[in-house]
Amino acid sequence: MAFVQDAPKDSFRLGMLIYDTRYRSITIQVVVLILFLLFLSWLVNNTAQNLAAKGRTFDFGFLWMRAGYDINQRLVDYTNDSTHMRAAFIGLLNTLLAAFVGCIIATILGVVIGVLRLSKNWIVSRLMTVYVEIFRNVPVLLWILLAATILSETTPQPRDFRQTPEMEQAGEEPKASMLFGIIAVTNRGTVIPEPKFCIGKPQAECDADPNEGGLGVIDLGIFKVSLNLLALLVVFGGSIFVNSRITKQANATQEATGIRPVTWWKSLAVLIIPSAILLWALGLHFVVPELKGFNFVGGISVLHSFTALTLALALYTAAFIAEIVRAGIMAISRGQSEAAAALGLRPGRTMSLVILPQALRVIIPPLISQYLNLTKNTSLAIAVSYMDLRGTLGGITLNQTGKELECMLLMMGIYLTISLIISALMNLFNRAVKLKER
Amino acid sequence: MKKSVFLGTLSAAALFAGIAGAGTLEDVKARGVLNCGVNVGLTGFGAPDANGNYQGFDVALCKAVAAAVLGDASKVKYAPTTGETRFTALASGEVDVLIRNSTWTFSRDVDLKFDFVGVNYYDGQGFMVKKDLGVSSAKELDGATVCIQTGTTTELNLADFFKANNLTYTPVTVADDSEGQRQYLAGACDAYTTDASGLAASRATMPDADNHIILPEIISKEPLGPLVRHGDNVWGDVVRWTFFALVAAEEYGVNKANIEEVASTTTNPEVKRLLGTEGDLGAMLGLDKEWAKRAIAANGNYGEIFEANIGSATPIKLARGLNALWTQGGLQYAPPFR
Repeated sequence: MAFVQDAPKDSFRLGMLIYDTRYRSITIQVVVLILFLLFLSWLVNNTAQNLAAKGRTFDFGFLWMRAGYDINQRLVDYTNDSTHMRAAFIGLLNTLLAAFVGCIIATILGVVIGVLRLSKNWIVSRLMTVYVEIFRNVPVLLWILLAATILSETTPQPRDFRQTPEMEQAGEEPKASMLFGIIAVTNRGTVIPEPKFCIGKPQAECDADPNEGGLGVIDLGIFKVSLNLLALLVVFGGSIFVNSRITKQANATQEATGIRPVTWWKSLAVLIIPSAILLWALGLHFVVPELKGFNFVGGISVLHSFTALTLALALYTAAFIAEIVRAGIMAISRGQSEAAAALGLRPGRTMSLVILPQALRVIIPPLISQYLNLTKNTSLAIAVSYMDLRGTLGGITLNQTGKELECMLLMMGIYLTISLIISALMNLFNRAVKLKER
Repeated sequence: MKKSVFLGTLSAAALFAGIAGAGTLEDVKARGVLNCGVNVGLTGFGAPDANGNYQGFDVALCKAVAAAVLGDASKVKYAPTTGETRFTALASGEVDVLIRNSTWTFSRDVDLKFDFVGVNYYDGQGFMVKKDLGVSSAKELDGATVCIQTGTTTELNLADFFKANNLTYTPVTVADDSEGQRQYLAGACDAYTTDASGLAASRATMPDADNHIILPEIISKEPLGPLVRHGDNVWGDVVRWTFFALVAAEEYGVNKANIEEVASTTTNPEVKRLLGTEGDLGAMLGLDKEWAKRAIAANGNYGEIFEANIGSATPIKLARGLNALWTQGGLQYAPPFR
């Protein structure tokens, strides 16, 4: 037996902070931290001094002042009497809308293209390669501008839809007509029929009322919640719950007897009939847009600025998502699809039941960053006159109030928050689908 | 020891950053070139010509200031600015003076800490529509889609005008004049609104200028003028009095062609003081005696600059109107040179 004697402990000397490996790393970290804090304080100090030199103050009071300008796309109530805060909120909602719709379209397109790029069909896979290479190698701003230009230059002006009495006499048709008689595609936007509700009143009376009708709305102060929509959500949620019970029952029967009972008509009935009855009871009808004066009135106008921005961002990001999906699928060993084939699964079922669920583990983390990219890229909206957060808070409000620093910091904070929220949600989803190690 | 040097450098840097901006006149003289903020492109006011040289009504004032301060009208570096970037460019010191058809308002003068040194063009906001729209008054624009440049006073005027007349409209906010024109010509908006002078300038560049009309309503006061940073009064005086020298020159009949002759023969003491043959107004400004003479000789007097760039002989065809001299019923008026 041998005893190891501890080396006699030296008393601590200052030099050990540098020469002793036990302390060196801590020393370096502390020095770096101090330098970083000094740099930070210099930045803040410099800014404060410059603001003071210019006689400018740093405060956010302007957010509660009257904005005074109008915004063309408003998801919630806004007039030019609203505050700058409200205008920023409108912009934020527009940003979120574009990002949300863009992410959904990009995901669907990306998955389809990524899978098709692996297709054994030579033409299909080459076409998808061409798509990916074209879209991801041209700056997204150019795609946005291209989409906006195509939309506004190839579509007719609202007045081209008009048929004047003289034209009628001459037997001429207007230059443009509505799709299916209900959708008007003009060079400003696509006007689609607007759903309206009506209970116990003649329909014309409900249509004249600018409000939604039906059950009405609850005003939450910041925004209004449609009770009609809420009722529909509740009923549809109930339907989904009942449907899941039906499926569960069918699964149990299948486990017990080996025969799966036919449930599709039950599911269909449960999902559709209650909602349909509710909508009928609420007096749902659609107001078809009509050309009055300079523009179409009635109906919902989906501005081309929104369509162009969302579409271009989705097409661009889809190219990246396609590559991520392809990489995810290729990461799954061939043995998995061979095993699935041996069990008798058809190729389509193999993809959806065996390959994609496993590929998700590889796909989700890079997918998060694509979602973040898309969301941040919505700030290019001003190029096509879409009033997003950058257009309202970082554009008009900044210019009218001259509060550059405040607006920029606020905007950065908001984008950071949105990104972190998306990131957190996707990380939760990732945790749910990742490989469970038991 | 090292740390204190570091801290000293830091505070010196902070101080330096703090005081940069004062003493623009010395900066310009030392640099030998004037940084002038102009429009990205508004024909007649500030736009590059076929050779890429900036020309226009506002640009001429940049040249006059450069001639007065540096003795050479060509020593100007033009910084093209949009409605959104112009004030940041001036506040940050990127440009020495902003002469970019910018409206003098209370909040820009007081809150944004700028000084408007004069009004070189009295303007108002108007609307342009296509002739075949059949509109003859802005009050008939109910429900119209209106293109508007972001970062301008016109945004607020537009909202106020439609509100006051109980009309509705859809704004299409564009980043600059060229995008506004594109959208307007493509029919994405029924009307295009900006300062009436800007509309005239835009119309002049359109291939079918005759098919567009500017509606009679002028819905706002838009006094456009050069501006400098607040607090640098010496530099503000230089720009202000250079502009007034051009106006005074028109009033006293001094123009580009006769300036040498007038300088040697005039008996009018005011003209003598203006042209530096008597008194020493230049030294009071921190310039030499002949500062105003050079400024006038660069592009001519105010009237000559107006006629050469935006007057009735140009495609823009603006009448003098409010911008005539006070002696001819207009508002242009230079205080006495004494």
